[in-house]
Amino acid sequence: MQIPSHLKYTEEHEWIRVEADNTAYIGITDFAQGELGELVYVEVDTVGETIERNEVFGTVEAVKTTADLYMPVSGTILEFNPAIDEAEGDEPTLVNESPYDKGWIIKIKLIDPSELEGLMDAAAYQELVG
Amino acid sequence: MLKNTALTAIHEQLGAKMAPFAGYNMPISYTNIKEEHQAVRERVGIFDVSHMGEFIVRGPEALDLIQHISSNDASRLQIGEAQYACMPNKQGGIVDDLLIYRLSEDNCAAGERAYMLVVNASNIEKDWNWIQENNTFDTRLINISDQTGLLAVQGPLAQKILQGLTEVDLSALKYYTFTKGTFAGIDNVIISATGYTGSGGFELYADNAHIVHLWETILEAGKDVGILPIGLGARDTLRLEMGYCLYGNDINDTTSPLEAGLGWITKLGKPAFIGRDLMLEQKAQGLSKKLVGIKSLDRRVPRHGYPIENEAGELIGEVTSGTQSPTLDIPIGMGYVALPYAKEGSTIYLVAGKKRIEAIVSRPPFITAG
Repeated sequence: MQIPSHLKYTEEHEWIRVEADNTAYIGITDFAQGELGELVYVEVDTVGETIERNEVFGTVEAVKTTADLYMPVSGTILEFNPAIDEAEGDEPTLVNESPYDKGWIIKIKLIDPSELEGLMDAAAYQELVG
Repeated sequence: MLKNTALTAIHEQLGAKMAPFAGYNMPISYTNIKEEHQAVRERVGIFDVSHMGEFIVRGPEALDLIQHISSNDASRLQIGEAQYACMPNKQGGIVDDLLIYRLSEDNCAAGERAYMLVVNASNIEKDWNWIQENNTFDTRLINISDQTGLLAVQGPLAQKILQGLTEVDLSALKYYTFTKGTFAGIDNVIISATGYTGSGGFELYADNAHIVHLWETILEAGKDVGILPIGLGARDTLRLEMGYCLYGNDINDTTSPLEAGLGWITKLGKPAFIGRDLMLEQKAQGLSKKLVGIKSLDRRVPRHGYPIENEAGELIGEVTSGTQSPTLDIPIGMGYVALPYAKEGSTIYLVAGKKRIEAIVSRPPFITAG
């Protein structure tokens, strides 16, 4: 299982990668995709909305289960990954194949970068998922 | 304490994702659910379902006991035949659904009959106590669950690969019949033309001591045709495509057999049995809800517990099972809806948190049986 050291993590198994301009990419971890199994659909209809930390921004559907996606930090949703969006690339399994790279789910604009301090680093996340 | 089957170590060696199910440490998936599902629909797969419970019922009044507890008419069973049934409780619900096998009478004294009841793993203890409590008949019960293993070999090529391992003529075994014979060198294997997938095949009951040998021999025999070991994940998607009920999801202690669509195994005309009077009453009054198949009209998948509403937003039922159908690649499910909405093609709405998913009522099976 991969847990890249340059990302921050949540207890709900999202990761966040912050860019220089206070934008950030958010996805689910390798552990999360493994637990969910093959994804059949990712729904994000919150593009353009500003959503608080720990609130739901979307949903993933796997064969066996449904899981909500939570904002690691507060932010405005700029983009839903077109490669997995049903209306465009429609390849939700990218999240399984490449959870930290091609399978990113949303891009956001941070509202309060200090919220990042409340997230786990790779070592703490490793501890969580054992 | 989690129980193991005879094959737990082998599942772990195969790299299966394991999870507790009904008190057993069971394989959920070996590779992925879609691939395993497809193997059963197109070729053949082998399942370890040794967690299922088996009781032997033997005695001069064995049939009377079974007729008393079962919804179906066991008097129709000949030796070598099996029957699907449920055990109604005294409040109008279902204790369990089960298979009833009428066994040979070779080991019986004169005038005795013998049956095997195959019950859900999650209900072994409850069923055992229930049957004991209601056994006012001259009949003995033996719980052989702990020493009995069960393998399901399912799919269109099942017969072909299994025939090479036994002298028993498998083509002569009609659906819901069985025989006891020598299989892969092991005596006294029950070979049963039953299953929970809709793709045909067999179920093999044997002593746990032989289960590893049977598993390995069958996997080897099926290697050339691409047999795969199948976990409980695909077992669920396979049964849901056929609309088969799962106890604990679609039926339980509070659901009526009639509302669950199990009228076909509920023979109200046979002599009195537990729950019959309540069902007669229910039938006279008319049912208030029915278990139906559901096809979601968008990509969201129905999930157990989602409320069901009508167009006006009134609560009319609840989803009991759901999955993405690997064959159709659309979301399917089952659920109870108020009678006026149970008609084929009715539009209903599934409530997933803040979302309303438009769906239609669709009679199972969702796929044409292979």
